[in-house]
Amino acid sequence: MFFQLFYVFLKIGTFTLGGGYAMLPLIQREVVDRKQWLDEEEFLNMIALAQAAPGIIAVNSAIFIGWRCGGWRGMMGAVLGAVIPSFLIILAIAMLFQDYKDQPAVEAVFKGVRPAVVALIAAPLLKMAHTAKITWLTALIPIAAALLIWLAGLSPVWVIFITIAATLLYTYLKERRPLR
Amino acid sequence: MLYLQLFLSFFKIGLFGFGGGLAILSLIQHEVEANAWMSQQEFVDIVAISQVTPGPIGINCATYVGYTATGSVWGSLLATFAIILPSLIIMLAICRLYFFLSTRFRSNPYFQNTLRMLRFAVIGLIAAAALLLITPDSFIDWKSWLFFAVVFLLTILPELTKGIKNKGVQQLLSSLSHPIMLIILAGIAGYVVYN
Repeated sequence: MFFQLFYVFLKIGTFTLGGGYAMLPLIQREVVDRKQWLDEEEFLNMIALAQAAPGIIAVNSAIFIGWRCGGWRGMMGAVLGAVIPSFLIILAIAMLFQDYKDQPAVEAVFKGVRPAVVALIAAPLLKMAHTAKITWLTALIPIAAALLIWLAGLSPVWVIFITIAATLLYTYLKERRPLR
Repeated sequence: MLYLQLFLSFFKIGLFGFGGGLAILSLIQHEVEANAWMSQQEFVDIVAISQVTPGPIGINCATYVGYTATGSVWGSLLATFAIILPSLIIMLAICRLYFFLSTRFRSNPYFQNTLRMLRFAVIGLIAAAALLLITPDSFIDWKSWLFFAVVFLLTILPELTKGIKNKGVQQLLSSLSHPIMLIILAGIAGYVVYN
């Protein structure tokens, strides 16, 4: 089971560009449709939990599927398979890039790429706000978070922490019901 | 000391990194800047490289930052391990409690409200990451802003033009809006304009 899960996640890790969300349909095809290790409903529950938990979604999914299919060994196999391809590729690039980054041609390419990267980070915001069903009132949360991080230099960790603490307190005051 | 700091930073990123790749980016950015491991400009370059190479952005960034911060493969290994460790602990707990979680927690107001509010906060985190990357090093002249505007438009264009029923046009727009395609095009344009 170690090697089977290792192989499946190695394949998914090597051939998916674009990270976590791009991996989910591929994981589904391998694990649900082909190998039938999980049924559709369990897979959907898995995605919901992997996204709700902190951390890298692809890694969270690998842990869950590995564990459900093959216990400790399955989990180790799945996680290593998901991580090793990107680790090796990026390590090789990190080593080589040090020598080439000051070349004028490389620098010119990156001069074009840098503003594009910022646009790629900013553009999905509109759709995310729409999907989260944001209102004028709830829009204050991301606006305050962005300004505190951008202008006041607050750590995003604090923003997450405060959000969780404030929501728990608010829910407690509203529901008057203990957390369990 | 450097290795301990690296471990703690990436453990923290793994522990508080809700909302996937782009949101985790903002946490990594903060740690990288706070510890002066690299410049914002280098950080943008890593994000660009992460977008065009396979695998999750979080793993790519951890591996890269670990290597540049220490100059050694061990730094890469440590940072990558540290960002995964909280996931291992939390996901294993979730696996053990799976049946409890999937029946009871779904309807729990604490759980539901926290997820909803985190979704809003994460939008702010990603916006802050973008704002912090608008530096004079990355936006050197008006052409940079042109690059920014074109890529931004091409990314949201498939959403805006949903009304157009022509399949060919839709396919062209959606392949043009793919991040990898846009980075490659921006790289070629950068080479032509600046070299």
